[in-house]
Amino acid sequence: MNNYTFRIKRFDPENDTVPRWEEFHVEMAPTERVLDGLIKIKDSVDGSLTFRRSCAHGVCGSCAMKINGKNGLACQTLIKDVSFSPDTVITLEPLPALPLIKDLVVDMAPFFEKNDKVLPYLINNEPPPERERLQSPEDQHTILQSITCIMCGCCTSSCPSYWADKEYLGPSALLKAYRFIFDTRDRSTEARLERVAQVHGLWRCHSIYNCVEVCPKEIDITGHIAKLKSLSVKKALSGRKSLKKK
Amino acid sequence: MIHYFDTLIIGSGLAGLRAAIEASRHGSVAVLTKLYPTRSHSGAAQGGISAALGNEEPDSPEWHFYDTTKGSDFLGDQDAIGIMCEDAIRTIVELEHMGVPFSRTPEGKIAQRRFGGHTRDFGAAPVRRACYSADRTGHAILFALYEQSELQGVASFPEFQVLDIVIENGRCSGALVLDIQSGDLHTFNAKATLVASGGYGRVFKTTSNALASTGDCLSILFDGGIPLEDMECFQFHPTGLYGLGILITEGARGEGGILVNGKGERFMERYAPTIKDLAPRDMVSRAIMTEIREGRGVDGKDFVHLDLRHVDKKIIEERLPEISTFCKIYMGIDPSENPIPVLPTAHYAMGGIPTDVDGRVLGDEKGATIEGLYAAGECACVSVHGANRLGCNSLLDTVVFGRRAGMAIGGYIKDADRREIAKGPSDRVKADMNALVNSTGDEKAGALRSEFRKMMMDRCSVFRNEEGLAGLVQDLKTIKERTKYVGIKDRGAQFNTELLEALELNHLINLGEAIALSALQRKESRGAHSREDFPERDDENWLKHTFAFKTGRGIEFRYKPVTITRFKPEERKY
Repeated sequence: MNNYTFRIKRFDPENDTVPRWEEFHVEMAPTERVLDGLIKIKDSVDGSLTFRRSCAHGVCGSCAMKINGKNGLACQTLIKDVSFSPDTVITLEPLPALPLIKDLVVDMAPFFEKNDKVLPYLINNEPPPERERLQSPEDQHTILQSITCIMCGCCTSSCPSYWADKEYLGPSALLKAYRFIFDTRDRSTEARLERVAQVHGLWRCHSIYNCVEVCPKEIDITGHIAKLKSLSVKKALSGRKSLKKK
Repeated sequence: MIHYFDTLIIGSGLAGLRAAIEASRHGSVAVLTKLYPTRSHSGAAQGGISAALGNEEPDSPEWHFYDTTKGSDFLGDQDAIGIMCEDAIRTIVELEHMGVPFSRTPEGKIAQRRFGGHTRDFGAAPVRRACYSADRTGHAILFALYEQSELQGVASFPEFQVLDIVIENGRCSGALVLDIQSGDLHTFNAKATLVASGGYGRVFKTTSNALASTGDCLSILFDGGIPLEDMECFQFHPTGLYGLGILITEGARGEGGILVNGKGERFMERYAPTIKDLAPRDMVSRAIMTEIREGRGVDGKDFVHLDLRHVDKKIIEERLPEISTFCKIYMGIDPSENPIPVLPTAHYAMGGIPTDVDGRVLGDEKGATIEGLYAAGECACVSVHGANRLGCNSLLDTVVFGRRAGMAIGGYIKDADRREIAKGPSDRVKADMNALVNSTGDEKAGALRSEFRKMMMDRCSVFRNEEGLAGLVQDLKTIKERTKYVGIKDRGAQFNTELLEALELNHLINLGEAIALSALQRKESRGAHSREDFPERDDENWLKHTFAFKTGRGIEFRYKPVTITRFKPEERKY
């Protein structure tokens, strides 16, 4: 057990006008989670410390926050990963670029709203077969990474393009569009592409790779967006060719 | 704020969302969740969902029916089990059509693997019945159902905490709810209310359950006079990561993993000679605890090993990627190179709010229903799982009975009149909340919670006995008294999680009492309820469901016979 220093950005909407910093000292093992530290502080030092959490093992996406300057999940980051010696301060801030509510809690509504814009559901109006629709393992692998997204918001809130343009759909919503466009069972590629291939969509991604760097599920989000860009260009070109033929 | 909906659904996991999709075909639907819908704990389910598709080898719903009944140690109601197993194939096909990205066979069909207690030919050998999406099956289904519910125009209210479910004159009229973000009290008036609020594994110190799994709505209904059924039946999953309780799917054994003790023995061969490591969870958990108690833990410590080193690396990468990541992150080990240290972890509540096979909540052991009140999923007790649930049957339960509850609600709301919650309950809830937020006692909720969860774990987990349980019941009284003096530092209205945690603690202890007392009553060993002082199953006296009622005189018990339609109780050997 060591004594670690947590430096936490606090904001009480009912008393503060601007955020302030507060330090806490906690006895912890280096193999414990950052989330364990937050829970210890809340349980034994300051019950008013506010943060989201639920599954505590990286599957629900509740506890996304900025940990030592980088977005991540507090439940999937061990103390030893961010504090190389007991003297290293562990700095915690709310996710950037989303409206602040209280302490480490931000308003996730703008993030989820982006998702709603890409028709985020399987659309197939053909009469369903009696049994499952067939899909080869290879075709399922095409969407494999994209289905592991837990919508924690680490990616979108780390994206400089999103910081500059709040209308930008952002990496998470674009990944969701990919998940359905490349699902062989879906039939709404055109409608979805129309929604993402626009100035606040695909073309706002400048391949900065911040999203990939912070994704707790290690999804190559930028790579997926590149595939969407490529598909969108191909569709546009083939559209032009068919116009010429006419 | 006051809302009017035809249907109010509390909880946005698999049961709630499946019901929402169904109910939205018949009227307006609101879904409340104390998290965000995609964060529900259904999303943590790993290994699969059961159905006798027969995609990988011959299988039949009849075998599934038998396995589930035997798995339940014959406490499951066979009318309900029959419905579930018969409906399983249609359910999986429907989920696939909704977009669930299942893993596939080379022919493109839904892939299936082995799971504990699922066999062919009535117990002859393990069968591939678990449909899966790698080891993220719950996540895959949760997202598909959430997406389809959005498409159906279901209104969701994220971060809304239920404070009371209002039942007046035997009729439910909705719920009083706290908007966590603003701190405002909302009244949801609804013709039909479905409780699908999930489990309560947080009662125990070591659990695979999320921090949010505190059983709030069960506790609220219990206080409101609704009985709780079979609360003594709580499942401990054999393979929780040592020290953390994080779930390592039974699918790991389904893919060939084996359990090994400190002497290097594959001990399950002794406890279940036919299906060995794929025995049901209650038996495997007891076996592990017995090995440890008799000094055969690894390095003399209190854990055993789950060994996957002989399993093809490619299979681990493709079918068990998530648990491999957990091992790497939290234990610093690679399961294809090191054995995984595991210990049983509190995982699933077989007991809960009693319902009929269409989700209608029962007000007593004789079958009287509460008008307008429904329940489905882990919080409910139909009972398909009896005294021990088989792996993969929980996801199936949520979707099958969530849909059936949604259909029943659809029929009910057509002729039901509009509800209006009276002012009384709302004033009472406001007063309670004010009192709590202004409490200045010197007890800390966090410390009490730790103490409580430890005593439940020590005396009411895999093995139980009269002395431990009786002492526990006394200690629970003391700790309950102490919660009256919990001080709250945060006096704010907005996002007051300190207040919520104090509320959750009251609910947890309330359920802890129901569990401990129900366990004390049942003087036999059946499924997950294992009494050291009564080691045998006693069909003559105990082939019946426990109904716990909260009354002015304390918790009282009545009993309901088990429904047996097809399989007579027999000795449970694997």
